[in-house]
Amino acid sequence: MSSTVVADPVVAAPQRYLEAQISWRPVEIAFWLATLLPFVLTPNYLVLASQIAITALFALSLDLILGYAGIVSLGHAAYFGFASYTAGLIAKWGWGEPLTGLVIAAAAAGVLGYVTSFIIARFRHLALIMITLGLGLLLAEAANSASWLTGGADGLQGVRMWKLFGVFEFDLWGKASYTYSLVMLFLMFLVARRLINSPFGLALRGIRENAVRMPAIGAPSPAHIRKVYTIAAVMAGVAGALLAQTTETVSLETLSFQRSADVLVILILGGAGRLYGGIVGAIIYMVARDQFSGINPQYWYFWIGALLVAVVIFLPNGILGGLARLMPSKRGEA
Amino acid sequence: MIASAFGVLFDGFAYGMLLFLLSVGLSVTLGMMNFVNLAHCSFAMLGGYVTVTLTNQLGWPFLATLPLAFLSAAVVSVAFERVLYRRLYRATDLDQCLLTIGIVFVSVAVAAYIYGTIQQPVNLPSYLRGTVTVMGQSLGVYRLFLIGMSLVVTVVLVAALEYTRFGAKVRAAVDNQRMARGLGINVDRVFAVTFALGSGLAGLGGALAIEIVGLDHAFAFTYLVYVLIVVAVGGLGSIGGSFVAASLLGISDMAGKYYFPELGAFLIYFVMVALLMWRPVGIFGRR
Amino acid sequence: MHKALVGLAALAAAIVGAWPASAQQTIKIGLILPYSGQFADPGTQADNGIKLYMQQHGDTVAGRKIEVIRKDTGGIAPDVAKRLAQELVVRDKVDLLAGFSLTPNALAAADVSAQAKKFMVVMNAAASVVTTKSPYMARVSFTLPQLNEPLGTWAHKNGVRKVYSMVADFAAGHDAEAAFHGAFKAAGGEIIGAVRYPVANPDFSAFVQRAKDMNPEAIFIFVPGGAQSPAIAKALADRGIDPRKTKVMAQLELTDEQALRNMGDTALGIITSAHYDYNHGSARNKEFVTAFNAAFKRNPDFFAVGGYDGMHLIYETLKKTNANSDGDALIGAAKGMAWESPRGPISIDAATRDIVQTIYMRRVEKVGDRLVNVEFDKMENVKDPVKARAAN
Repeated sequence: MSSTVVADPVVAAPQRYLEAQISWRPVEIAFWLATLLPFVLTPNYLVLASQIAITALFALSLDLILGYAGIVSLGHAAYFGFASYTAGLIAKWGWGEPLTGLVIAAAAAGVLGYVTSFIIARFRHLALIMITLGLGLLLAEAANSASWLTGGADGLQGVRMWKLFGVFEFDLWGKASYTYSLVMLFLMFLVARRLINSPFGLALRGIRENAVRMPAIGAPSPAHIRKVYTIAAVMAGVAGALLAQTTETVSLETLSFQRSADVLVILILGGAGRLYGGIVGAIIYMVARDQFSGINPQYWYFWIGALLVAVVIFLPNGILGGLARLMPSKRGEA
Repeated sequence: MIASAFGVLFDGFAYGMLLFLLSVGLSVTLGMMNFVNLAHCSFAMLGGYVTVTLTNQLGWPFLATLPLAFLSAAVVSVAFERVLYRRLYRATDLDQCLLTIGIVFVSVAVAAYIYGTIQQPVNLPSYLRGTVTVMGQSLGVYRLFLIGMSLVVTVVLVAALEYTRFGAKVRAAVDNQRMARGLGINVDRVFAVTFALGSGLAGLGGALAIEIVGLDHAFAFTYLVYVLIVVAVGGLGSIGGSFVAASLLGISDMAGKYYFPELGAFLIYFVMVALLMWRPVGIFGRR
Repeated sequence: MHKALVGLAALAAAIVGAWPASAQQTIKIGLILPYSGQFADPGTQADNGIKLYMQQHGDTVAGRKIEVIRKDTGGIAPDVAKRLAQELVVRDKVDLLAGFSLTPNALAAADVSAQAKKFMVVMNAAASVVTTKSPYMARVSFTLPQLNEPLGTWAHKNGVRKVYSMVADFAAGHDAEAAFHGAFKAAGGEIIGAVRYPVANPDFSAFVQRAKDMNPEAIFIFVPGGAQSPAIAKALADRGIDPRKTKVMAQLELTDEQALRNMGDTALGIITSAHYDYNHGSARNKEFVTAFNAAFKRNPDFFAVGGYDGMHLIYETLKKTNANSDGDALIGAAKGMAWESPRGPISIDAATRDIVQTIYMRRVEKVGDRLVNVEFDKMENVKDPVKARAAN
């Protein structure tokens, strides 16, 4: 990003604001370095780490539309699952190369997102939530019925991935899986970060705050919404394809309401509209779930429920929101 | 053909009435205070379990348990409202979602812990079982009872809304909360009472549901989606809307399964999406 | 000084003596079941069966202690099941994998069993194809064709010529449908109508009405248990279909204990095929049921027996290999093993590693004041028909 000072003060202020936002803070650098720790500290947990990275990416994609554009979706898993099945089917039909499969699957999810965005852009509030829910449920039903294609409730069988770059195999230990997922998460994160800290990102926040007024200042709301929705669908698609490729299975669960609801809970838990909220939420939720269900396989969701209630009471606006309140930021979050 | 069409209509309407009882409370409270209470079906589940415990373990007759199902759900909801919900009236929708989903998780775990994970049986008295033949049609007695109860509840609710002072306050609060406060109506108290009533009705619905759709520890989750569909399609804050939406959904679900069984569950979601696209605020919604 | 040294030596000796003799390496079993969610009850019952077996036979086999590490899949979640299996193998270093109430989870974990060469005991998942996914897998439960093909053959043998079929619209339902239709048509019968209803369907009136419109002499049903069994029976009763006149046939979930309690007399006459019922009259079963009642205050069902027999297989194969938990050794020991289970005589087929058992035909009747599935016929040594045909 150019750092030339613009002479006109009216334009300079927002540009300086965006430049300030986009520079990397030490805590962020520390965070990303910390994501490498599992390789060293907990090498037996790499498969879990890989699935956390995938969920974090999925939550990040939801944050783009929910946290920034204000679109509450209860059907976001549609794009996740659609890409998952696409990636799985590509591998099943003989092309097991991971990267190209990922690109194709994510693009397919993007196309689906683009098509549905025309519907999404027209509605708000409860109607929008229920429409996203309904569309998600319809897709899940279709996948169940088309069991000749998707394997139905038994899941997709016969997904065999080739080695990544011809060298790294997705094996029991999960090293390749975690590396692959982490790199994809980081790349997509960079994209999201760039998007948010751009005039487009500001426009999205405007839409979230007051969608009715945006056209009055010349911002084409529906077009912006369609654009961000498609991007979010592509991102969710990357996450879905990653899951299919690293686990070599795909099930109807990837399209389910359960998954859509879980990612929503995770995002709110971490704090929506804060870029890192989805990632933090994913880490906390999945680690907590893993630990609770290890301790108490039958009633772990009691503890998760209690955790959620506690977070809402003590840390409103999610974990990051609560932390932000405790540590006022100099740069002022949007 | 006509006979079976009527049978489908009847069964669909009965199922719709059940959805109505389960949903009407949520519709009114959501419309009034905009408080997203996803734990609504947990109160329904509570009512169901109260009935199960009273009939199976204490040998109470089924009908006598119904008022208790209503009361217990209402009382528990008041407790929740006082302790937890009240803090979040000004919070964001998302926080309210998270809180109430957390409550759902906890309630499902508690139900599993106390009652186990099995389906709960309910002992219906013999006069509620079987079928009666009306004009050549064989109609389920329990379904008739369900329809009867729901119609009574609807009439009582509508009458209370139209002809009592409290009802007037409720209508005012749903219409325009700020104005209502400005006129001196204690909206918070109105909401608390309405919330208790709505949850109580959910509890009653839960108790009545056992015979039709069964009761297990996951009930609070399973029926949440259907309840949300009824509320959205009917329009927030509208009893009439919930009634029409629930009936419509119940009947189209049944009809879909009868005439196009391959479509299965598709139809109810499809109807919902289509209706919402046509009228985003719901059939009788405003704003 | 001298005394102090002696004292110290004595103390050291005492400590060394008190230290447990270096424990023989424990054998760890990675148990993957749905402990929460929609399928929590099958998971719990399987776990009960396992606990009972360990209670009765102790937790030591061939000199080594058995440790069970439990993991919850939460329901149908193949990616979770696979991850849990991987973690159990890599992190907890389990010697073998067990459990698996659900087919998708079993299929996903099979990959891990095959890659890591770990013995895997499937205690419930019932699709025919499951055991083909890993050469180290043995199944002790049942397969859908094993229960539904005999039903089809029996129906035709007993005079039924036209059947209306209703199955749940998912993989297990499709399998059951294929098995029944195949066997029934092969025997010469006709399927006059078939419908697949949505899995989460709470109300069957519409589907039953369609069935009634066709006026069938028999109705074949597949329900995955839970709330649906009593719901469908009530719908049948509501529409005036009496199982004593129109034969209603299904596999055992339709008339399990909870279902019968919920259905009441509307269930009389329903015909089911099953591999286990808690009322089965053998001495072995009576012992089992009494012990189960004492331990868990409820009756066992086929999930419990799957857990129980699964543990038996694990214990016996470990004894046979003298506690060698190597995958090849254990699966080799498992092949051909036969024993008397509470359900009857069972064995593990040497070629397919799948269960071979007796299938009972039962009818719901009133015995005293209880509703009971009364056995009136049986087929012995039934292998999974799909794999048996493929082999020929």
